[in-house]
Amino acid sequence: MSKDEHNPTRRKILLGAGCMAGALGAPTLLAVRHAQATPATMAAAIRQVVGEATVKPGKIKLDLPPLVENGNTVQFTVSVESPMTPTDHVKAIHVFNEKNPQPNVISVHLGPRAGRADFTSRMRLADSEKVVAIAELNDGSFWADTVEVVVTIAACVEDGIP
Amino acid sequence: MTAPLINVPAHAKRGEVIAIKTLISHQMETGFRYSATGTLLPRNIITEFVCTYNGDEIFRARFYPAVAANPFLTFYTVATASGTIAFTWTGDNGFFETATANIVVE
Amino acid sequence: MSKHTRSLRLLTIVCLALFAATTPSSSAEIASANRRTDYDFMSRDTQAMQDDDAANPGMLWVQEGEALWAHKEGSGQRSCMDCHGDARFSMKGVAARYPAFDAERDRPIDLEERIINCRLNHQNATPFAYESKELLSLAAYIARQSRGAPIETGNDERLEPFIAAGREIFNRRQGQLNISCAQCHDDNWGKRLAGNIVPQAHPTGYPLYRLEWQSLGSLQRRLRACMFGMRAEPYPFGAPENIALEVFLMARAHGMPMDAPAVRP
Repeated sequence: MSKDEHNPTRRKILLGAGCMAGALGAPTLLAVRHAQATPATMAAAIRQVVGEATVKPGKIKLDLPPLVENGNTVQFTVSVESPMTPTDHVKAIHVFNEKNPQPNVISVHLGPRAGRADFTSRMRLADSEKVVAIAELNDGSFWADTVEVVVTIAACVEDGIP
Repeated sequence: MTAPLINVPAHAKRGEVIAIKTLISHQMETGFRYSATGTLLPRNIITEFVCTYNGDEIFRARFYPAVAANPFLTFYTVATASGTIAFTWTGDNGFFETATANIVVE
Repeated sequence: MSKHTRSLRLLTIVCLALFAATTPSSSAEIASANRRTDYDFMSRDTQAMQDDDAANPGMLWVQEGEALWAHKEGSGQRSCMDCHGDARFSMKGVAARYPAFDAERDRPIDLEERIINCRLNHQNATPFAYESKELLSLAAYIARQSRGAPIETGNDERLEPFIAAGREIFNRRQGQLNISCAQCHDDNWGKRLAGNIVPQAHPTGYPLYRLEWQSLGSLQRRLRACMFGMRAEPYPFGAPENIALEVFLMARAHGMPMDAPAVRP
């Protein structure tokens, strides 16, 4: 995907069938490079939350559709197996992504009063990428689930329509 | 824009785990988008959501720009007593919105 | 959206156009029994978003519309409610028969224009702009009262020349890609274009929350976006061509149940 950011001219020639060529022209080679998370920045963002602890797979499930109709609004649910008692509960759930401009998505803080370590929300996904959900338990342990999502786009996008 | 849409069961049995749904109108401008003329549109998002139950915090969320516009949340709590469940959203540019719902617990 | 996905979509549309340009433009109208709502072509997750009123973002506009309905406006300080009472009764089935023929203007008008006219003529208030939050909220609130009602548009004989005009535009090749609406929505519905399945384009859910817009929008907005996507010059809001297309599309969907405010990708 990022290859195209370095080779825009090839795409522009392919699309030169009179469509947007007139509007885009030469200056796009100097287009500002957009911020983008990478697996490294996502790892750093995760490190900020978990510190030196080992993140183990299991207990947590990230429910995301494998094929997304529109990256603007992707509904997801995170659920963690936990009795949610004062001595054994999920303190927080953090969600990260790999290719949006920024690696964090959402962080929620719960406690035994939740009854269920489970929440649903909607995220934006810029591109097909990995999404990671990490549960933080009250005993200091961290558990993760990773989902690889394919993001498609809507047809007839109207950027620039007056 | 309008008042947030809140969905809390009006009645519950003591000890029952209930689902709470919230939907609020907000553009969640990421701060990474460019206008048609090439200027960067500044970030304008809701950053925090807090839910209290008779004054005790039961759920808190930190939103980042990756949260979709018109943020939607479903979460859970144990119905402990009758009273008020209160919601607060805060964000950039002094954004502040509140809502409440009453619940009767038998 | 990344440059890559934007370019990929453009490439797909160009390929489709090149293919389309070599085939004759006679499109077959969908037989009544084969009509399926656009809802049927969405992913289960998007369908679920529409089905739950507590999760459907369009309901934020419906809620706003409910508040506006009771709000006293204009020099006479009258609200919609003062004339129309409880919308749940007075507006039931109304959106399902729009666009409707307006005798004063001697042409069809859509629901948004009807609301604008009411505001001007009966509330003596400044009209709402097209796609404004207020206009969309009222339209969403009114359309919500038709949920489940079968579309009645087209029963009125006076609409016939306008439906014919809309049909002509729908079947006409347009824009730089030289494709017609019919080539996608009559001939190739059910197939994929840039990751979404091409629906039959029945406007049963308008105004609707489009994930691409991250907002609620009107049918005219969607038509303009379609034309922009076809690389054709979109008609301005309120243009007779948009109204003709609207009334044609609603008549084409005659009998299908309304599901406003819908959610679409």
